[in-house]
Amino acid sequence: MKFGVVVFPGTWSDCDFHHVVSEVLHQPVKYVWHRERDLGDVDCVILPGGFSYGDYLRAGAVAGRSPVVEAIRDFAAKGGLVLGSCNGFQILCEAGLLPGALLRNECLQYRCQSTHLVVDNVDTPFTRGLRPGQVLTMPISHGEGKYQVDAPALAQLREHHQIVFRYATAEGAVTRAANPNGSLENIAGIVNEAGNVLGMMPHPERAAEAVVGGTDGLLLFQSLLGSLVEDGTFLKR
Amino acid sequence: MKVRVLVRLRPGIMDVQGAAVQRALVGLGFGDLRDLRVGKVIDVDVDASSVPAARVRVDEMCKKLLANPVLEDYTIEPVEASSLEATSALR
Repeated sequence: MKFGVVVFPGTWSDCDFHHVVSEVLHQPVKYVWHRERDLGDVDCVILPGGFSYGDYLRAGAVAGRSPVVEAIRDFAAKGGLVLGSCNGFQILCEAGLLPGALLRNECLQYRCQSTHLVVDNVDTPFTRGLRPGQVLTMPISHGEGKYQVDAPALAQLREHHQIVFRYATAEGAVTRAANPNGSLENIAGIVNEAGNVLGMMPHPERAAEAVVGGTDGLLLFQSLLGSLVEDGTFLKR
Repeated sequence: MKVRVLVRLRPGIMDVQGAAVQRALVGLGFGDLRDLRVGKVIDVDVDASSVPAARVRVDEMCKKLLANPVLEDYTIEPVEASSLEATSALR
């Protein structure tokens, strides 16, 4: 499975994603510069975390209109897999590839901590190796992660089972205390209606080796690898 | 043609930044403060023959990038050259 890791000026998780794909998963991976209009031969594009274009105007706003994101829009429309984490999630929302937006954390603090995520939807290529209700541990590191969407769009998210991860306790209870940023309904990650574009605030690439304190992030990559079948189409469960 | 874009969070969207500023002002003795919300000012100079023409272009800019319709409303106001200078003089 071939991965592309997008790099904007100000991206900071690109090397971590590249490392996980090449050194932990042993899969081919290349960097894709933000000015590229052609993604080349890739199966999955990763939008890493960071502060693309300094997050000027709004987090992910300028990146969301960059040439590479236009290429990703076409790629996603054809069913290509797109994973956006942290700033990548903000970019996907700004680009309109995912509904909603990410606002300043309700606590006003930048939050860099470990979180527990309960898995709501296992019918995506990113989560098909997981169990419904499974609790994952992954770090977050953001100042603007409060997911916000209007009531009709939230109803749509629910109806199409697009909510994938929610902040929870270690036991999987979705509580206010377990919500690190004031996110609506404790939402930590969503997919588009087709299920091939995932945006999440937590960092799976920072929980992919025991030496960094956890391997739950690896489960997403392993689900992805398992979802690629030989003819190049993607399986859902 | 110079116009000024005012971007503000839509009603109903919690403005945590505004709330923090408000708390600080109340702490400074402004107990009469009822509400405060923080927005953005974007001054744009666009090559256009009239204010309405400039407004149309800047409206497109707002829709494409300057404002996020999920969170924000915006207004576009013409700016007189003299008022821009006055603003600078205050600094």
